[in-house]
This record gives sequence, structure tokens and C-alpha cells, in this order.
Amino acid sequence: MDEPIIEALEPPKPAPTGLNIVVCIKQVPDSAQIRVHPVTNTIMRQGVPTIINPYDLFALEEALRLRDEYGGQVTVLSMGPPMAEDALRRALGLGADKAVLITDRRFAGSDTLATSFALTAALTTLAEERPIDIVFTGKQTIDGDTAQVGPGIARRMGLNQLTYVSAIDSLDLAAQGIVVRRRSEGGVQVLRSKLPCLITMLEDTNTIRRGTVQDLLRAARADVTVWSAEQAGVEDPMKCGLRGSPTVVKRVFAPSPRAEKAEMVTVEGKTPAQIGDALIDLLFARDPKLEAVVTAAAR
Amino acid sequence: MTDHFDAIVVGAGPSGNAAAYVMAKAGLSVLQIDRGEYPGSKNVQGAILYSDALERIIPDFRDSAPLERHVVEQRFWMLSEKSHTGAQYRSDDFNEEKPNRYTILRAQFDKWFSKQVRAAGAILITETTVKDLVKNDAGKVIGVLTDREGGPIFADVVVLAEGVNGVVGQRAGLRPEIKPNHVALAVKETHFLPEETIRERFNLAGEEDGVVIEVIGSVSSGMVGTGFLYTNKESISIGVGCILSDFAQTRVPPYELLDRFKRHPSVAPLLKGAEMKEYVAHLIPEGGYDAIPTLTGDGWLIVGDAGQFVNAVHREGSNLAMTSGRLAAESLIQLKAEGKPVTNENLKLYRDKLADSFVMKDLKKYRKVPHLLERNRQLLTTYPSALNRAFQSFLRVDGVDKRTKEAEALRDLKKARGGWLRMASDLFKVARAWR
Ligand SMILES: Cc1cc2nc3c(=O)[nH]c(=O)nc-3n(C[C@H](O)[C@H](O)[C@H](O)COP(=O)(O)OP(=O)(O)OC[C@H]3O[C@@H](n4cnc5c(N)ncnc54)[C@H](O)[C@@H]3O)c2cc1C
Ligand SMILES: Cc1cc2nc3c(=O)[nH]c(=O)nc-3n(C[C@H](O)[C@H](O)[C@H](O)COP(=O)(O)OP(=O)(O)OC[C@H]3O[C@@H](n4cnc5c(N)ncnc54)[C@H](O)[C@@H]3O)c2cc1C
Repeated sequence: MDEPIIEALEPPKPAPTGLNIVVCIKQVPDSAQIRVHPVTNTIMRQGVPTIINPYDLFALEEALRLRDEYGGQVTVLSMGPPMAEDALRRALGLGADKAVLITDRRFAGSDTLATSFALTAALTTLAEERPIDIVFTGKQTIDGDTAQVGPGIARRMGLNQLTYVSAIDSLDLAAQGIVVRRRSEGGVQVLRSKLPCLITMLEDTNTIRRGTVQDLLRAARADVTVWSAEQAGVEDPMKCGLRGSPTVVKRVFAPSPRAEKAEMVTVEGKTPAQIGDALIDLLFARDPKLEAVVTAAAR
Repeated sequence: MTDHFDAIVVGAGPSGNAAAYVMAKAGLSVLQIDRGEYPGSKNVQGAILYSDALERIIPDFRDSAPLERHVVEQRFWMLSEKSHTGAQYRSDDFNEEKPNRYTILRAQFDKWFSKQVRAAGAILITETTVKDLVKNDAGKVIGVLTDREGGPIFADVVVLAEGVNGVVGQRAGLRPEIKPNHVALAVKETHFLPEETIRERFNLAGEEDGVVIEVIGSVSSGMVGTGFLYTNKESISIGVGCILSDFAQTRVPPYELLDRFKRHPSVAPLLKGAEMKEYVAHLIPEGGYDAIPTLTGDGWLIVGDAGQFVNAVHREGSNLAMTSGRLAAESLIQLKAEGKPVTNENLKLYRDKLADSFVMKDLKKYRKVPHLLERNRQLLTTYPSALNRAFQSFLRVDGVDKRTKEAEALRDLKKARGGWLRMASDLFKVARAWR
């Protein structure tokens, strides 16, 4: 009789503990150093240094803080040209644990719809490895400025979206709940949400840390995972890049300055109230219609 | 676990990049540290690149390096207030397959060089300032401390490629503080001009051809210094540099000196309509051979500007920097192969290689020039203006006979310098310093 086959089982991996966080970062041209060609008046991108979109650093720092407190890992994810790897490596040097770049000719020319589509595919692929608890994005970028990519991802992944977050009040891993502060018109909202969720982080809410020597050495040696559209899990390439982008830039121009000149007026007065009264008298004298409107509204 | 490297290179300028590249290429584990945001971020100037030094490190650099123009013409000007007397050399021989000199923009060039260094296998960390060297009980340097948390990083040798005003070596007591009469302060601007305009103004055949103008005389307003102007692809680099102690004494603001230079009737038309892009001020070590500090010790050595390796007479610096970096690397590779420790004694290898190279030979040749100029300012003031006056009188047709003109010119020169004997002694001194 054959001997019973005892399967050589690998010792089970310890279940990952703590949070699994992914932060989306975009590499953008350093707007402080962009030059306009004096002859052709076009933006000279060549030689302009690139930086991590400054808003994304607030998201990254918040993610690193949560990791430090609750354990787990922070992955940085970017879609962009191959040189966007620099931005990811920088993020590793700031303390992120893993970096993924999705890069493919087919992504070129993406608008916000196509960008959030591609990032969602990559996030979904990452989540197969280990479920994601929180996706962070910045509030907006300094080059596109739309603030649409975060919400676009949330909608596609079916995540609760917490936008314009200024602080994370508490997080309960066991109960899978989070409480955040959100800036809204006229006040601060305190929101409670289930995990997983997507958070877009407001600016000036924290200060990005300086990585340690070890962080930098690890970052310099680390392999950035690079995925093509296919490897990222994009199933329909028609939804990517230029073809997947319904937004068309028809024209870019600098608005011409307003025709009417601004003017500085000076009024005399000893107290703030006197100055205020004098100023209002002056304005009303110039524009009697304004006086009628204001007094009517006051009644 | 603490990290240990074969070598730590402090600085990612030409000297540090050369050293790190050569060592990494030979398989040594190399960590390079620079305080800038990225290599070159602090080096935003235009400059001349001398091919030979780089060719010995990266033979096919021309395939990928960001080069502006190769130099086909060199002009030397002696400036007085409203005139210049000049000599120029131009040759089609400079339009060779592998040109000998190029104009470059350092910010882009340093970035490119650094990329090659990393591709060769060295690790680079930026935005990190080395604060101090770590020594063991015997006084041997065994690592560095940075301004980041995480403790020291260790290595068999620390290569100090920290540039002219690097303070690591000074703080560790390895080299003395630089003296104000051993450094020049150079101010430089980059002016944007369309490519075709540059080609026309400088009479150039192609967009790859370039001109260099070297200037002495009134450009330095009586101080020991020179001016220069280079053509880049779409810009012009212009600057002046004078000995720091002279600036301190005359209290002439450096930018004013540069403004005067730019307004000079010989220069202004070259810059007309240009848009200023960048302004930088930087130190250049110009103390020459006698200002060279101790270059090696147990566990450390110095390369580049930190070692005062600049040939001020020929305006060469980056090539001396790269060459010293390469020679240091080759020495360290050899020591490692032979299993020898990096002691001051064993680093005689590096000192010998340097002494054998053009670096030390040229510095030795011009050893007396810095002293000469410092003590004989008339060489940069009296002579250029007398020469300009003489030329003007020679060319102006005004009814005065030629013999009288010649005699007048000579008398003028004699008077300006206070006697023939003084002039003869000047000549003798220059000849001796040059020899
Ligand atoms: C009208 C218009 C026309 C455009 N046309 C073109 C064009 O023709 N070609 C072209 O190349 N670009 C174009 N763009 C830019 C491009 O569409 C956007 O930059 C891109 O879609 C991201 O949008 P955003 O920059 O506004 O990001 P936002 O929505 O403002 O970004 C919010 C957050 O999303 C995350 N995020 C955004 N982008 C990425 C990314 N790539 N990787 C990882 N995370 C990211 C970041 O966390 C960021 O903070 C255009 C933009 C606009 C507004
Ligand atoms: C205006 C001007 C024009 C010049 N023109 C020419 C020219 O045309 N041709 C030519 O060959 N030479 C020229 N030179 C000289 C040339 O620039 C230098 O000789 C050359 O740059 C020296 O290289 P280096 O690597 O030794 O030093 P640097 O290029 O000065 O590099 C030193 C590096 O070390 C870094 N560093 C310093 N301290 C620390 C620290 N504590 N921690 C971490 N990093 C540190 C700095 O950030 C810097 O990147 C010119 C110089 C000037 C100022």
C-alpha cells in the first residue's frame, strides 16, 4: 500500500494586521519654476523640475500617521510617464512602504474620467492581494486643478467618499469605523463612516515628515512596481487615455485684463466707525443706485 | 542593522559624480549624499565642459549628455572704459567629430551625470546634508552623520567632494577655513535669446557652434578678476569674478560690477533684447597650488573644488574636479582589490596619481600667478587702458605723424607705470609666473 501522501504545507503566513492604505500621488511640474518662452509664449516644460503634487503630501502624511498608530502598510500609486517613478521613490523616502506606477502609452492624454478609471483598475488589482481599508487622494492637483479624480475613484469602487477632510478624529479597526472632520461651507462637519472609504485630504492640515536615513536608503534600493494597462487590470482600453477622455481642450488663453481701472479712495476719520461711515457716504455719492439697493435691503 | 558601504561620497557635483561613477562601475558599494533637492539644483550656471576629462570616465558621453554648443571661437578682450583691444582665434578644426570643449548648463548636466552614476549602481540620497564625520578611537574616519534621524552611516572611506565652501572637512578639522584672498566671488547671469539671433550676432554657422569671450581690464574695476561670456543654444551666460577680499575692500557690490560689464559698449549690443533668466553668485577657489589643503588622511580624501583644484588662469575647474574624482576612485579600487585598508599611508597612491596628472602640474605651473596679481594690480588696470589708448591713437588719422604717435604711446605707458624699470620688472614677473 502506498504511503499516505502528506502534503508539504507551507507554514501559513501570519494574517496581515493593521491598515492597508493606498495613497494616489501625481507628479506635476513645479509651477514655481515654469517659464514662458519669451518668443512663442508657450509653456516651456522641458527642464522644468517635477514635484509630487503638494496637496498629495498632506494625504501621504495622514496615511503614514495612521499606519504608525494602527500598524499596517502604506502603498503609493501613480499613473504617469516612466519618469513619474521619481515621485514614487521620493514618497518611499518619506516613509511609504510600497510603490506602484501604472504607465502605458495608452494612458496618454487622460482626462479626469480616464484617470480615475485607470487608477480604479489598479486599486482593484491591488485589493485582490489584500483588501484596502482607505484610499487617500489630495484635494486637487496644481496643474489640472479639477478635484475630480478622488470622487471619481470612490464612485467606481463603491467607497464612501469623505472629501475636504481636515482631520481624522478617530479610527476603530475592530468596528471598521472612522470619524473625520470635513470643511464645508459655513462650518465643520464631523462625519462617521464605515471602512473601506476614500478620503481627499485638505491642504495645510499636517506637515510632511522628513524621512530617516534608513527610509532614504530603502527608497533608493526599492523596486517600484511598474504595471502596464493590462497588468493594472484595465479590461477595456477604449476607456483609457485620449480615447477614453471626453474632455477636449478647445483653446487656452490668458484672459485680458478688465477695461475699467481700479481706483484707490482715501477717507478721513478718527475711529473705525467714522472711517466706515465716510467710506459709505463716498460710495453712495458715487453710485446712488447702490444706496437705494442697500437701504431697501436693510429695511 | 547599520549600513556599511565601501565608500561614501559627500557631494554630487562633477568631482563627486566622477568618483562615485568610477567606483560603482568597478563594483564597489557607493553611497552618495547631496544637500540639494536634486543634483545640480544648486548649480544653475552655464559653463564650459572640457571633453577630455569626461571622456576618460564616460567615453560615449556625447550620445546622451545635454550639451549646448561646441566652442569654435575664443576671443580675448582687454577692456577699458569705452574700448576693447582683442585677439581672437577661430578654427574650422574645432568642428571635429568629437569636439574638445562645449558650453553646458550645469543644472541639466549635473542631473544627467547623476543619472549615469545611479545607473552604474551607486545609491544617491538627496536633500540630506552631511553634518560631520564619524571617527573611531584611533582617529580614523569611519562614516558620516547627516541632518536626518537614523544615526550615522558607515564606510571604509569618505570622499569629500563638497565643493569650495563645504564645511564638513573644516568642521572635522581636516582642512583649514578658506581665506578670502584664496577665493573669487563670481556673479553670473543667463540671458535668453532666440537661437537664430545668437547665430547672427556671433557669426556662427550652425546651432551647435559657440563662442567664448574672456575679458580682463576695466571689467574688474581694479580688483583681481576677470569677466566672461559664453553662448549656449538659446541663451548667453555672462559673468564677472573677483577675489573676495578685493570685494570686501572696495565695497563694490558684485551685481554692480556685472551691470557695468553688461552696459559696456562692446558688450551691450550682444545682449540687446535678451531676457534675464537666472542670477547666481558662487565662490571659485583661486588660491592655486599654495592654497591646497592636506588631501588625504586615515579613511578620507578630498577631490575637486574642496581641494582648491581650479586653474584660474585658464578658467578650468570642472575638468580638474572630474579628474581628481576619477584618480581617487581608481586608487580606492586598487586598494580594495589588494585588500589594503584606506589609511593615509596607503592613500599615497592617490597623492602620487594626482602629482603625476595635469591637475597638479598645471597648478604648480601657475603657482605664482595668484600672488603676482594680488601684488601687481597694474597688470589688470594700467596696461589694458594704455593698450587701448595706444591702439586708438594708432588708428585715428588726425594729421599727427606716425613717429610722434608711437613716441606718445610709449611715453603714455611709461608715465602710467612710472618708469621703464617698473615695466621691465612687470614683464619679468609675468614671465616668471607663467614659466
Ligand atoms: C480641461 C482639461 C483638459 C485637459 N487636457 C489634457 C490633455 O489634453 N492631455 C493631458 O495629458 N492632460 C490633460 N489634462 C490634465 C489631466 O486631465 C488631468 O491632469 C488628470 O486627469 C488628473 O486630473 P487633475 O489633475 O485635475 O486631478 P485632481 O482631480 O485635481 O486630483 C485629485 C487627486 O487625485 C489624485 N490623482 C490625480 N491624478 C493622478 C494620477 N495621474 N496618478 C495618481 N493620482 C492622481 C491625486 O491624489 C490628486 O491630488 C486636462 C485637464 C483639464 C482640466
Ligand atoms: C561662475 C562660475 C563659472 C565657472 N565656470 C567654469 C567653466 O566654465 N568651466 C569649468 O571647468 N569650471 C568652471 N567653474 C568651476 C567649476 O564650477 C568647479 O570647479 C566645479 O563645479 C567643482 O566641482 P566639485 O564637484 O568639486 O564641486 P561642486 O560643483 O561645488 O559640488 C559640490 C556639491 O557638494 C554638495 N555639498 C556641499 N556640502 C555638502 C554637505 N555638507 N552635505 C551634502 N552635500 C554637500 C553641494 O550641494 C554640491 O552639489 C566655474 C565656477 C563658477 C562659480
